[in-house]
Amino acid sequence: MFATTPLRIVAVSAGLSQPSSTRLLADRLAAAARERLAAEQDRNVEVRVIELRDLAVDIANHLVSGFPSATLREAIDAVTEADGLIAVTPVFTASYSGLFKSFFDLIDNTALTGKPVVIAATGGTARHSLVLEHALRPLFAYLRAVTVPTSVYAASEDWGSSGDEYTEGLPSRIRRAGGELASAVLGRTVSGASRAPGLDDGDDAVVPFEQQLADLRLD
Amino acid sequence: MQFGIFTVGDVTTDPTTGRTPTENERIKATLAIAQKAEEVGLDVFATGEHHNPPFVPSSPTTTLGYIAARTENLILSTSTTLITTNDPVKIAEDYATLQHLADGRVDLMMGRGNTGPVYPWFGKDIRQGIPMAIENYALLHQLWREDVVDWEGKFRTPLQSFTATPRPLDGVPPFVWHGSIRSPEIAEQAAYYGDGFFHNNIFWPMEHTKKMVDLYRRRYAHYGHGTAEQAIVGLGGQVFMRKNSQDAVREFRPYFDNAPVYGHGPSLEDFTRETPLTVGSPQEVIERTLTFRDAVGDYQRQLFLMDHAGLPLKTVLEQLDILGEEVVPVLRKEFANLRSADVPESAPLHPAVTAARANRAARATRKES
Repeated sequence: MFATTPLRIVAVSAGLSQPSSTRLLADRLAAAARERLAAEQDRNVEVRVIELRDLAVDIANHLVSGFPSATLREAIDAVTEADGLIAVTPVFTASYSGLFKSFFDLIDNTALTGKPVVIAATGGTARHSLVLEHALRPLFAYLRAVTVPTSVYAASEDWGSSGDEYTEGLPSRIRRAGGELASAVLGRTVSGASRAPGLDDGDDAVVPFEQQLADLRLD
Repeated sequence: MQFGIFTVGDVTTDPTTGRTPTENERIKATLAIAQKAEEVGLDVFATGEHHNPPFVPSSPTTTLGYIAARTENLILSTSTTLITTNDPVKIAEDYATLQHLADGRVDLMMGRGNTGPVYPWFGKDIRQGIPMAIENYALLHQLWREDVVDWEGKFRTPLQSFTATPRPLDGVPPFVWHGSIRSPEIAEQAAYYGDGFFHNNIFWPMEHTKKMVDLYRRRYAHYGHGTAEQAIVGLGGQVFMRKNSQDAVREFRPYFDNAPVYGHGPSLEDFTRETPLTVGSPQEVIERTLTFRDAVGDYQRQLFLMDHAGLPLKTVLEQLDILGEEVVPVLRKEFANLRSADVPESAPLHPAVTAARANRAARATRKES
Protein backbone atom coordinates (compact mmCIF):
# COMPACT_ATOMS: atom_id res chain seq x y z
CA MET A 1 0.00 0.00 0.00
CA PHE A 2 1.26 3.45 -0.88
CA ALA A 3 -0.08 6.19 1.30
CA THR A 4 1.59 9.00 -0.60
CA THR A 5 1.17 10.18 -4.16
CA PRO A 6 3.28 8.34 -6.73
CA LEU A 7 6.52 9.71 -8.08
CA ARG A 8 5.98 10.90 -11.64
CA ILE A 9 8.60 10.44 -14.30
CA VAL A 10 7.79 12.05 -17.62
CA ALA A 11 9.77 11.37 -20.78
CA VAL A 12 9.47 13.72 -23.73
CA SER A 13 10.34 12.15 -27.07
CA ALA A 14 10.76 14.28 -30.18
CA GLY A 15 11.18 11.25 -32.46
CA LEU A 16 9.27 11.50 -35.72
CA SER A 17 9.29 8.03 -37.24
CA GLN A 18 7.22 5.14 -35.98
CA PRO A 19 8.73 3.09 -34.53
CA SER A 20 11.34 5.59 -33.44
CA SER A 21 14.73 5.00 -31.87
CA THR A 22 14.27 8.27 -29.96
CA ARG A 23 11.10 6.87 -28.39
CA LEU A 24 12.93 3.63 -27.69
CA LEU A 25 15.70 5.50 -25.88
CA ALA A 26 13.11 7.47 -23.89
CA ASP A 27 11.40 4.22 -22.87
CA ARG A 28 14.68 2.64 -21.84
CA LEU A 29 15.73 5.65 -19.76
CA ALA A 30 12.32 5.77 -18.09
CA ALA A 31 12.52 2.07 -17.29
CA ALA A 32 16.00 2.49 -15.79
CA ALA A 33 14.86 5.38 -13.62
CA ARG A 34 11.77 3.51 -12.51
CA GLU A 35 13.80 0.46 -11.58
CA ARG A 36 16.15 2.47 -9.38
CA LEU A 37 13.35 4.48 -7.80
CA ALA A 38 11.41 1.31 -7.03
CA ALA A 39 14.49 -0.26 -5.46
CA GLU A 40 15.30 2.68 -3.23
CA GLN A 41 11.97 3.77 -1.77
CA ASP A 42 8.36 2.78 -1.23
CA ARG A 43 6.41 5.17 -3.35
CA ASN A 44 4.77 4.01 -6.49
CA VAL A 45 6.41 5.24 -9.70
CA GLU A 46 4.33 6.44 -12.62
CA VAL A 47 5.98 6.75 -16.00
CA ARG A 48 4.50 8.70 -18.86
CA VAL A 49 5.97 9.20 -22.30
CA ILE A 50 4.90 12.24 -24.30
CA GLU A 51 5.41 11.93 -28.05
CA LEU A 52 5.79 15.40 -29.52
CA ARG A 53 4.88 14.02 -32.94
CA ASP A 54 1.28 13.68 -31.72
CA LEU A 55 1.33 17.29 -30.56
CA ALA A 56 3.13 18.79 -33.57
CA VAL A 57 0.11 20.66 -34.97
CA ASP A 58 -0.98 21.83 -31.51
CA ILE A 59 2.53 23.13 -30.86
CA ALA A 60 2.54 25.08 -34.15
CA ASN A 61 -0.93 26.45 -33.38
CA HIS A 62 0.15 27.57 -29.93
CA LEU A 63 3.12 29.40 -31.42
CA VAL A 64 0.74 31.22 -33.76
CA SER A 65 -2.30 31.78 -31.56
CA GLY A 66 -0.60 32.29 -28.20
CA PHE A 67 -2.53 29.70 -26.20
CA PRO A 68 -2.36 25.91 -25.96
CA SER A 69 -5.07 23.46 -26.98
CA ALA A 70 -6.47 21.40 -24.12
CA THR A 71 -4.33 18.41 -25.16
CA LEU A 72 -1.13 20.43 -25.31
CA ARG A 73 -1.87 22.19 -22.04
CA GLU A 74 -2.29 18.82 -20.37
CA ALA A 75 1.07 17.66 -21.75
CA ILE A 76 2.82 20.85 -20.62
CA ASP A 77 1.28 20.47 -17.15
CA ALA A 78 2.50 16.86 -16.99
CA VAL A 79 6.04 18.01 -17.78
CA THR A 80 6.06 20.90 -15.33
CA GLU A 81 4.54 18.79 -12.55
CA ALA A 82 6.82 15.77 -13.03
CA ASP A 83 9.23 14.77 -10.29
CA GLY A 84 11.81 13.89 -12.91
CA LEU A 85 12.06 14.63 -16.63
CA ILE A 86 13.68 12.72 -19.47
CA ALA A 87 14.15 14.80 -22.63
CA VAL A 88 15.10 12.98 -25.81
CA THR A 89 15.53 14.44 -29.28
CA PRO A 90 16.87 13.23 -32.60
CA VAL A 91 19.82 15.29 -33.84
CA PHE A 92 18.71 17.46 -36.76
CA THR A 93 21.14 19.74 -38.56
CA ALA A 94 23.69 19.77 -35.75
CA SER A 95 21.24 20.42 -32.91
CA TYR A 96 17.99 19.38 -31.24
CA SER A 97 15.05 19.15 -33.62
CA GLY A 98 12.90 22.20 -34.22
CA LEU A 99 9.88 20.39 -32.78
CA PHE A 100 11.78 19.65 -29.56
CA LYS A 101 12.83 23.29 -29.20
CA SER A 102 9.35 24.57 -30.07
CA PHE A 103 7.82 22.46 -27.30
CA PHE A 104 10.23 23.76 -24.69
CA ASP A 105 9.75 27.30 -26.04
CA LEU A 106 6.13 27.00 -24.92
CA ILE A 107 6.98 26.14 -21.33
CA ASP A 108 7.19 29.06 -18.93
CA ASN A 109 10.86 29.82 -18.36
CA THR A 110 10.52 29.40 -14.61
CA ALA A 111 8.40 26.24 -14.68
CA LEU A 112 11.31 23.78 -14.77
CA THR A 113 13.40 25.44 -12.06
CA GLY A 114 15.07 22.77 -9.94
CA LYS A 115 13.61 19.91 -11.98
CA PRO A 116 15.87 16.83 -12.26
CA VAL A 117 16.42 16.17 -15.97
CA VAL A 118 18.18 13.57 -18.06
CA ILE A 119 19.06 14.74 -21.56
CA ALA A 120 19.46 12.24 -24.38
CA ALA A 121 19.68 12.21 -28.14
CA THR A 122 19.76 9.85 -31.09
CA GLY A 123 21.51 10.12 -34.42
CA GLY A 124 22.86 8.21 -37.36
CA THR A 125 26.44 8.67 -36.30
CA ALA A 126 28.24 9.04 -32.99
CA ARG A 127 30.02 12.11 -34.37
CA HIS A 128 27.02 14.23 -33.29
CA SER A 129 27.13 13.20 -29.65
CA LEU A 130 28.41 16.53 -28.34
CA VAL A 131 25.07 18.09 -29.38
CA LEU A 132 24.00 16.99 -25.91
CA GLU A 133 26.65 19.13 -24.26
CA HIS A 134 26.59 22.06 -26.66
CA ALA A 135 22.85 22.38 -27.32
CA LEU A 136 20.69 20.49 -24.83
CA ARG A 137 22.64 21.14 -21.64
CA PRO A 138 22.70 24.96 -22.11
CA LEU A 139 18.98 24.91 -22.91
CA PHE A 140 18.16 23.24 -19.60
CA ALA A 141 20.75 25.34 -17.77
CA TYR A 142 18.86 28.41 -18.98
CA LEU A 143 15.66 26.87 -17.61
CA ARG A 144 17.48 26.30 -14.29
CA ALA A 145 16.71 22.61 -14.39
CA VAL A 146 19.09 20.26 -12.61
CA THR A 147 20.55 18.22 -15.45
CA VAL A 148 22.25 15.04 -14.29
CA PRO A 149 25.92 14.54 -15.30
CA THR A 150 25.34 11.59 -17.61
CA SER A 151 23.70 12.42 -20.90
CA VAL A 152 22.95 9.56 -23.23
CA TYR A 153 23.62 9.58 -26.94
CA ALA A 154 22.52 6.60 -28.99
CA ALA A 155 23.96 6.34 -32.50
CA SER A 156 22.51 3.70 -34.82
CA GLU A 157 25.50 1.47 -34.16
CA ASP A 158 24.91 1.59 -30.38
CA TRP A 159 21.78 -0.48 -30.76
CA GLY A 160 23.91 -3.39 -32.00
CA SER A 161 27.16 -3.16 -30.04
CA SER A 162 28.32 -3.48 -26.50
CA GLY A 163 30.82 -0.72 -26.00
CA ASP A 164 34.54 -0.79 -26.48
CA GLU A 165 37.70 -0.14 -24.51
CA TYR A 166 36.91 3.60 -24.36
CA THR A 167 33.15 3.71 -23.79
CA GLU A 168 30.57 1.74 -21.91
CA GLY A 169 27.83 0.22 -24.00
CA LEU A 170 24.45 1.88 -24.35
CA PRO A 171 22.71 -0.26 -21.69
CA SER A 172 25.19 0.68 -18.99
CA ARG A 173 25.03 4.38 -19.93
CA ILE A 174 21.24 4.21 -19.75
CA ARG A 175 21.46 2.53 -16.33
CA ARG A 176 23.86 5.16 -15.06
CA ALA A 177 21.70 8.05 -16.29
CA GLY A 178 18.56 6.42 -14.88
CA GLY A 179 20.31 5.97 -11.54
CA GLU A 180 21.47 9.59 -11.49
CA LEU A 181 17.93 10.75 -12.26
CA ALA A 182 16.55 8.57 -9.47
CA SER A 183 19.08 9.99 -6.99
CA ALA A 184 18.30 13.53 -8.08
CA VAL A 185 14.56 12.92 -7.72
CA LEU A 186 14.96 11.41 -4.25
CA GLY A 187 17.49 13.94 -3.03
CA ARG A 188 15.73 16.85 -4.59
CA THR A 189 16.60 19.87 -2.53
CA VAL A 190 15.84 22.65 -4.99
CA SER A 191 12.12 22.74 -5.45
CA GLY A 192 10.22 24.24 -8.34
CA ALA A 193 8.66 26.59 -5.83
CA SER A 194 10.79 29.45 -7.07
CA ARG A 195 8.66 29.65 -10.19
CA ALA A 196 6.62 32.84 -10.59
CA PRO A 197 3.18 32.47 -8.99
CA GLY A 198 0.34 32.18 -11.47
CA LEU A 199 -3.41 32.41 -11.66
CA ASP A 200 -3.80 28.99 -10.08
CA ASP A 201 -2.11 30.12 -6.89
CA GLY A 202 -5.09 31.95 -5.38
CA ASP A 203 -4.27 35.33 -3.85
CA ASP A 204 -0.57 34.47 -4.01
CA ALA A 205 -0.90 35.25 -7.72
CA VAL A 206 -0.54 38.92 -6.88
CA VAL A 207 1.74 41.19 -4.95
CA PRO A 208 -0.60 43.34 -2.82
CA PHE A 209 -1.10 46.69 -4.51
CA GLU A 210 0.23 48.78 -1.61
CA GLN A 211 3.49 46.89 -1.95
CA GLN A 212 3.57 47.43 -5.72
CA LEU A 213 3.13 51.16 -5.11
CA ALA A 214 5.66 51.20 -2.30
CA ASP A 215 8.25 49.58 -4.57
CA LEU A 216 7.98 52.62 -6.84
CA ARG A 217 8.28 55.21 -4.09
CA LEU A 218 11.34 57.41 -4.29
CA ASP A 219 13.49 57.49 -1.20
CA MET B 1 -25.80 45.93 -18.97
CA GLN B 2 -24.01 47.78 -21.73
CA PHE B 3 -23.38 46.34 -25.17
CA GLY B 4 -21.06 47.73 -27.73
CA ILE B 5 -18.22 47.21 -30.14
CA PHE B 6 -14.48 47.66 -29.95
CA THR B 7 -12.17 48.19 -32.87
CA VAL B 8 -8.50 47.46 -33.32
CA GLY B 9 -8.34 49.75 -36.34
CA ASP B 10 -6.33 47.41 -38.54
CA VAL B 11 -5.88 48.14 -42.23
CA THR B 12 -6.06 44.63 -43.61
CA THR B 13 -6.36 43.36 -47.17
CA ASP B 14 -9.73 41.79 -47.89
CA PRO B 15 -8.59 38.22 -48.66
CA THR B 16 -11.59 37.61 -50.94
CA THR B 17 -10.86 40.55 -53.25
CA GLY B 18 -7.20 41.30 -52.62
CA ARG B 19 -8.12 44.93 -52.03
CA THR B 20 -6.53 46.92 -49.20
CA PRO B 21 -8.39 50.01 -48.00
CA THR B 22 -6.46 53.26 -47.77
CA GLU B 23 -5.87 54.75 -44.34
CA ASN B 24 -8.38 57.43 -45.20
CA GLU B 25 -11.00 54.83 -46.10
CA ARG B 26 -10.31 52.94 -42.90
CA ILE B 27 -10.62 56.02 -40.72
CA LYS B 28 -13.86 57.08 -42.45
CA ALA B 29 -15.16 53.52 -42.10
CA THR B 30 -14.46 53.67 -38.36
CA LEU B 31 -16.65 56.78 -38.11
CA ALA B 32 -19.45 55.13 -40.10
CA ILE B 33 -19.23 52.06 -37.88
CA ALA B 34 -19.45 54.13 -34.69
CA GLN B 35 -22.46 56.06 -35.98
CA LYS B 36 -24.09 52.79 -37.02
CA ALA B 37 -23.52 51.46 -33.50
CA GLU B 38 -25.61 54.28 -32.12
CA GLU B 39 -28.25 53.89 -34.84
CA VAL B 40 -28.81 50.20 -34.03
CA GLY B 41 -29.08 50.90 -30.31
CA LEU B 42 -25.70 49.81 -29.01
CA ASP B 43 -24.35 51.58 -25.92
CA VAL B 44 -20.60 51.74 -26.40
CA PHE B 45 -18.00 52.35 -29.08
CA ALA B 46 -14.37 51.79 -28.10
CA THR B 47 -11.26 52.28 -30.19
CA GLY B 48 -7.81 50.83 -29.74
CA GLU B 49 -4.61 52.86 -29.77
CA HIS B 50 -1.69 51.86 -31.95
CA HIS B 51 1.45 53.56 -33.16
CA ASN B 52 2.50 51.37 -36.05
CA PRO B 53 1.19 50.10 -39.38
CA PRO B 54 -1.12 48.44 -40.28
CA PHE B 55 -3.17 50.28 -37.64
CA VAL B 56 -4.72 53.75 -37.98
CA PRO B 57 -5.94 54.79 -34.51
CA SER B 58 -2.92 56.62 -33.11
CA SER B 59 -4.99 59.59 -31.97
CA PRO B 60 -8.09 58.21 -30.23
CA THR B 61 -9.50 61.44 -28.78
CA THR B 62 -9.46 63.10 -32.21
CA THR B 63 -11.59 60.27 -33.59
CA LEU B 64 -13.78 60.02 -30.52
CA GLY B 65 -14.27 63.82 -30.49
CA TYR B 66 -15.64 63.64 -34.03
CA ILE B 67 -17.91 60.75 -33.11
CA ALA B 68 -19.08 62.64 -30.03
CA ALA B 69 -20.32 65.44 -32.27
CA ARG B 70 -22.17 63.01 -34.55
CA THR B 71 -23.88 60.95 -31.85
CA GLU B 72 -26.12 61.63 -28.90
CA ASN B 73 -26.25 58.54 -26.73
CA LEU B 74 -23.21 56.44 -27.51
CA ILE B 75 -20.62 56.05 -24.74
CA LEU B 76 -17.15 56.64 -26.16
CA SER B 77 -14.40 54.48 -24.81
CA THR B 78 -11.01 53.00 -25.59
CA SER B 79 -9.62 49.51 -25.96
CA THR B 80 -7.04 50.34 -24.80
CA THR B 81 -5.37 53.64 -23.86
CA LEU B 82 -1.66 53.06 -23.43
CA ILE B 83 -0.98 53.98 -19.82
CA THR B 84 2.66 53.01 -20.25
CA THR B 85 3.94 55.12 -23.12
CA ASN B 86 1.48 58.04 -22.93
CA ASP B 87 2.13 60.84 -20.50
CA PRO B 88 -0.55 60.54 -17.80
CA VAL B 89 -0.84 64.34 -17.76
CA LYS B 90 -1.79 64.33 -21.44
CA ILE B 91 -4.28 61.50 -20.88
CA ALA B 92 -5.87 63.51 -18.06
CA GLU B 93 -6.19 66.56 -20.33
CA ASP B 94 -7.32 64.76 -23.48
CA TYR B 95 -10.02 62.65 -21.90
CA ALA B 96 -11.32 65.40 -19.62
CA THR B 97 -11.70 67.55 -22.77
CA LEU B 98 -13.49 64.71 -24.53
CA GLN B 99 -15.75 64.33 -21.52
CA HIS B 100 -16.83 68.00 -21.87
CA LEU B 101 -17.33 67.66 -25.63
CA ALA B 102 -19.41 64.49 -25.20
CA ASP B 103 -21.43 65.72 -22.20
CA GLY B 104 -20.04 62.98 -20.02
CA ARG B 105 -20.39 60.07 -22.45
CA VAL B 106 -16.82 58.94 -21.90
CA ASP B 107 -14.99 56.20 -20.12
CA LEU B 108 -11.67 54.60 -20.94
CA MET B 109 -9.72 51.42 -20.60
CA MET B 110 -6.09 51.32 -19.56
CA GLY B 111 -3.75 48.85 -21.21
CA ARG B 112 -0.07 48.30 -21.78
CA GLY B 113 -0.20 47.64 -25.51
CA ASN B 114 1.06 44.61 -27.34
CA THR B 115 3.77 46.06 -29.55
CA GLY B 116 7.27 45.93 -28.07
CA PRO B 117 8.93 48.68 -30.14
CA VAL B 118 6.32 51.27 -29.09
CA TYR B 119 8.18 51.54 -25.77
CA PRO B 120 11.55 52.56 -27.25
CA TRP B 121 9.83 54.74 -29.87
CA PHE B 122 8.38 56.75 -27.02
CA GLY B 123 11.59 56.66 -25.02
CA LYS B 124 10.43 54.00 -22.52
CA ASP B 125 11.78 50.68 -21.30
CA ILE B 126 9.47 47.73 -21.93
CA ARG B 127 10.89 45.90 -18.89
CA GLN B 128 9.27 48.62 -16.79
CA GLY B 129 5.84 48.00 -18.39
CA ILE B 130 3.98 47.01 -15.23
CA PRO B 131 5.65 49.55 -12.89
CA MET B 132 4.89 52.28 -15.45
CA ALA B 133 1.25 51.18 -15.68
CA ILE B 134 1.03 51.41 -11.91
CA GLU B 135 2.82 54.71 -11.39
CA ASN B 136 1.30 56.49 -14.38
CA TYR B 137 -2.21 55.49 -13.41
CA ALA B 138 -1.64 56.57 -9.81
CA LEU B 139 -0.77 60.01 -11.18
CA LEU B 140 -3.72 60.09 -13.61
CA HIS B 141 -6.05 59.11 -10.76
CA GLN B 142 -4.73 61.97 -8.65
CA LEU B 143 -4.82 64.55 -11.48
CA TRP B 144 -8.55 63.94 -11.97
CA ARG B 145 -9.36 64.11 -8.28
CA GLU B 146 -7.16 66.84 -6.88
CA ASP B 147 -7.20 70.37 -8.29
CA VAL B 148 -3.58 71.08 -7.41
CA VAL B 149 -1.07 68.27 -7.58
CA ASP B 150 2.47 68.03 -6.25
CA TRP B 151 3.96 64.84 -7.52
CA GLU B 152 7.22 62.97 -7.90
CA GLY B 153 7.77 59.53 -9.41
CA LYS B 154 10.26 57.36 -11.24
CA PHE B 155 9.02 57.69 -14.80
CA ARG B 156 8.10 61.31 -15.28
CA THR B 157 9.41 64.74 -14.52
CA PRO B 158 8.05 65.99 -11.15
CA LEU B 159 5.04 68.30 -10.92
CA GLN B 160 4.78 71.24 -8.51
CA SER B 161 1.47 73.05 -8.11
CA PHE B 162 0.11 71.55 -11.30
CA THR B 163 -3.56 71.68 -12.28
CA ALA B 164 -4.73 69.48 -15.15
CA THR B 165 -7.28 71.43 -17.22
CA PRO B 166 -10.08 71.19 -18.04
CA ARG B 167 -11.22 69.69 -14.76
CA PRO B 168 -13.38 66.57 -15.26
CA LEU B 169 -16.98 67.47 -16.19
CA ASP B 170 -18.89 68.38 -13.01
CA GLY B 171 -15.89 67.15 -11.01
CA VAL B 172 -16.65 63.52 -11.91
CA PRO B 173 -13.64 61.72 -13.42
CA PRO B 174 -14.30 59.38 -16.35
CA PHE B 175 -14.85 55.78 -15.23
CA VAL B 176 -11.78 53.65 -15.83
CA TRP B 177 -11.44 50.02 -16.83
CA HIS B 178 -8.16 48.15 -16.70
CA GLY B 179 -7.67 45.67 -19.49
CA SER B 180 -5.30 42.75 -19.27
CA ILE B 181 -5.22 39.35 -20.90
CA ARG B 182 -2.90 37.67 -18.46
CA SER B 183 -1.25 39.97 -15.91
CA PRO B 184 -2.53 39.40 -12.37
CA GLU B 185 -0.93 42.72 -11.36
CA ILE B 186 -3.44 44.58 -13.51
CA ALA B 187 -6.44 42.70 -12.08
CA GLU B 188 -5.02 43.66 -8.66
CA GLN B 189 -4.68 47.29 -9.73
CA ALA B 190 -8.30 47.45 -10.94
CA ALA B 191 -9.46 45.87 -7.67
CA TYR B 192 -7.42 48.25 -5.52
CA TYR B 193 -9.04 51.34 -7.02
CA GLY B 194 -12.50 49.80 -7.33
CA ASP B 195 -12.24 50.41 -11.09
CA GLY B 196 -13.59 48.06 -13.75
CA PHE B 197 -11.70 45.07 -15.10
CA PHE B 198 -11.98 44.16 -18.77
CA HIS B 199 -10.82 40.93 -20.35
CA ASN B 200 -10.41 40.97 -24.10
CA ASN B 201 -11.67 37.39 -24.18
CA ILE B 202 -10.73 36.81 -27.78
CA PHE B 203 -7.44 35.01 -28.02
CA TRP B 204 -7.63 32.77 -24.97
CA PRO B 205 -9.94 30.05 -23.71
CA MET B 206 -12.84 31.08 -21.48
CA GLU B 207 -11.42 29.17 -18.53
CA HIS B 208 -8.40 31.51 -18.52
CA THR B 209 -10.65 34.58 -18.68
CA LYS B 210 -12.58 33.18 -15.74
CA LYS B 211 -9.40 32.87 -13.64
CA MET B 212 -8.45 36.49 -14.30
CA VAL B 213 -11.96 37.73 -13.49
CA ASP B 214 -12.17 35.58 -10.35
CA LEU B 215 -8.90 37.05 -9.08
CA TYR B 216 -10.15 40.59 -9.75
CA ARG B 217 -13.45 39.88 -7.98
CA ARG B 218 -11.77 38.42 -4.88
CA ARG B 219 -9.40 41.34 -4.60
CA TYR B 220 -12.20 43.88 -5.25
CA ALA B 221 -13.99 42.48 -2.20
CA HIS B 222 -10.69 42.38 -0.27
CA TYR B 223 -10.26 46.13 -0.80
CA GLY B 224 -13.77 46.75 0.51
CA HIS B 225 -15.47 48.18 -2.59
CA GLY B 226 -18.35 45.72 -2.32
CA THR B 227 -18.90 42.02 -2.66
CA ALA B 228 -16.99 40.02 -5.24
CA GLU B 229 -20.21 39.71 -7.23
CA GLN B 230 -20.57 43.50 -7.36
CA ALA B 231 -17.20 44.11 -9.03
CA ILE B 232 -17.43 45.80 -12.44
CA VAL B 233 -16.52 43.35 -15.19
CA GLY B 234 -16.36 43.77 -18.94
CA LEU B 235 -15.69 41.15 -21.58
CA GLY B 236 -14.78 41.15 -25.23
CA GLY B 237 -15.92 38.67 -27.79
CA GLN B 238 -16.05 38.25 -31.52
CA VAL B 239 -18.87 37.05 -33.68
CA PHE B 240 -19.86 36.71 -37.31
CA MET B 241 -23.50 36.08 -38.10
CA ARG B 242 -25.77 35.15 -40.95
CA LYS B 243 -29.31 33.88 -40.85
CA ASN B 244 -28.03 30.40 -41.63
CA SER B 245 -25.11 29.14 -39.64
CA GLN B 246 -23.45 27.51 -42.66
CA ASP B 247 -23.55 30.77 -44.61
CA ALA B 248 -21.81 32.56 -41.74
CA VAL B 249 -19.04 29.95 -41.64
CA ARG B 250 -18.58 29.97 -45.41
CA GLU B 251 -18.40 33.75 -45.60
CA PHE B 252 -16.18 34.30 -42.55
CA ARG B 253 -13.67 31.48 -43.14
CA PRO B 254 -11.34 33.33 -45.56
CA TYR B 255 -11.22 36.30 -43.18
CA PHE B 256 -10.50 34.02 -40.23
CA ASP B 257 -7.85 32.04 -42.10
CA ASN B 258 -5.96 35.20 -43.03
CA ALA B 259 -6.68 37.30 -39.93
CA PRO B 260 -3.84 39.11 -38.22
CA VAL B 261 -2.76 37.47 -34.93
CA TYR B 262 -4.39 34.06 -35.23
CA GLY B 263 -4.63 33.52 -38.99
CA HIS B 264 -2.66 30.67 -40.55
CA GLY B 265 -2.89 28.83 -37.25
CA PRO B 266 -5.73 26.82 -35.72
CA SER B 267 -8.72 25.99 -37.87
CA LEU B 268 -11.90 28.03 -37.56
CA GLU B 269 -13.52 25.01 -35.94
CA ASP B 270 -10.71 24.57 -33.36
CA PHE B 271 -10.66 28.27 -32.56
CA THR B 272 -14.43 28.39 -32.18
CA ARG B 273 -14.30 25.48 -29.79
CA GLU B 274 -11.39 26.71 -27.70
CA THR B 275 -12.11 30.46 -27.57
CA PRO B 276 -15.26 32.60 -27.35
CA LEU B 277 -15.34 33.21 -31.15
CA THR B 278 -18.82 32.42 -32.45
CA VAL B 279 -19.58 32.10 -36.15
CA GLY B 280 -23.17 31.17 -36.86
CA SER B 281 -26.77 32.29 -36.56
CA PRO B 282 -27.90 35.14 -34.30
CA GLN B 283 -29.45 32.52 -32.02
CA GLU B 284 -26.09 30.73 -31.68
CA VAL B 285 -24.44 34.04 -30.78
CA ILE B 286 -27.10 34.68 -28.15
CA GLU B 287 -26.63 31.25 -26.61
CA ARG B 288 -22.84 31.44 -26.61
CA THR B 289 -22.76 34.93 -25.14
CA LEU B 290 -25.06 33.86 -22.31
CA THR B 291 -22.51 31.19 -21.38
CA PHE B 292 -19.98 33.97 -20.65
CA ARG B 293 -22.10 34.81 -17.60
CA ASP B 294 -21.92 31.18 -16.48
CA ALA B 295 -18.12 31.52 -16.46
CA VAL B 296 -17.58 34.97 -14.94
CA GLY B 297 -20.86 35.79 -13.17
CA ASP B 298 -23.08 38.83 -13.74
CA TYR B 299 -21.12 41.38 -15.69
CA GLN B 300 -21.66 44.92 -16.85
CA ARG B 301 -20.25 45.36 -20.32
CA GLN B 302 -20.00 43.20 -23.41
CA LEU B 303 -18.01 44.51 -26.38
CA PHE B 304 -17.79 42.70 -29.70
CA LEU B 305 -14.98 42.90 -32.22
CA MET B 306 -16.75 43.29 -35.58
CA ASP B 307 -14.59 45.25 -38.02
CA HIS B 308 -11.30 43.45 -38.40
CA ALA B 309 -9.40 41.07 -40.65
CA GLY B 310 -10.27 42.97 -43.83
CA LEU B 311 -14.05 42.63 -43.61
CA PRO B 312 -15.55 45.24 -45.96
CA LEU B 313 -17.47 48.15 -44.45
CA LYS B 314 -20.74 46.98 -46.03
CA THR B 315 -20.44 43.61 -44.29
CA VAL B 316 -19.56 45.20 -40.96
CA LEU B 317 -22.61 47.46 -41.15
CA GLU B 318 -24.80 44.43 -41.94
CA GLN B 319 -23.30 42.66 -38.94
CA LEU B 320 -24.14 45.64 -36.75
CA ASP B 321 -27.73 45.57 -37.99
CA ILE B 322 -28.02 41.93 -36.96
CA LEU B 323 -26.28 42.58 -33.65
CA GLY B 324 -28.48 45.56 -32.81
CA GLU B 325 -31.77 44.17 -34.07
CA GLU B 326 -31.65 40.46 -33.31
CA VAL B 327 -28.98 39.76 -30.72
CA VAL B 328 -28.60 42.59 -28.23
CA PRO B 329 -32.32 43.07 -27.44
CA VAL B 330 -32.57 39.40 -26.46
CA LEU B 331 -29.31 39.51 -24.49
CA ARG B 332 -30.44 42.63 -22.62
CA LYS B 333 -33.59 40.90 -21.51
CA GLU B 334 -31.95 37.58 -20.66
CA PHE B 335 -29.05 39.10 -18.73
CA ALA B 336 -31.43 41.42 -16.86
CA ASN B 337 -33.60 38.48 -15.81
CA LEU B 338 -30.59 36.52 -14.62
CA ARG B 339 -28.80 39.31 -12.78
CA SER B 340 -28.81 39.28 -8.97
CA ALA B 341 -30.68 42.25 -7.53
CA ASP B 342 -27.66 43.63 -5.65
CA VAL B 343 -25.31 43.62 -8.64
CA PRO B 344 -24.98 46.91 -10.55
CA GLU B 345 -26.58 46.88 -13.96
CA SER B 346 -23.78 48.84 -15.59
CA ALA B 347 -20.51 50.57 -14.86
CA PRO B 348 -21.14 53.96 -13.20
CA LEU B 349 -22.31 56.54 -15.73
CA HIS B 350 -21.58 60.24 -15.50
CA PRO B 351 -24.56 61.97 -13.78
CA ALA B 352 -25.08 64.08 -16.92
CA VAL B 353 -25.54 60.88 -18.93
CA THR B 354 -27.93 59.46 -16.38
CA ALA B 355 -29.93 62.71 -16.47
CA ALA B 356 -30.02 62.75 -20.29
CA ARG B 357 -31.26 59.16 -20.28
CA ALA B 358 -34.00 60.00 -17.81
CA ASN B 359 -35.07 62.94 -19.99
CA ARG B 360 -35.23 60.78 -23.08
CA ALA B 361 -37.27 58.17 -21.24
CA ALA B 362 -39.66 60.86 -19.98
CA ARG B 363 -40.06 62.30 -23.50
CA ALA B 364 -40.73 58.83 -24.87
CA THR B 365 -43.40 58.26 -22.21
CA ARG B 366 -45.06 61.61 -23.01
CA LYS B 367 -45.14 60.76 -26.71
CA GLU B 368 -46.82 57.47 -26.00
CA SER B 369 -49.54 58.97 -23.78
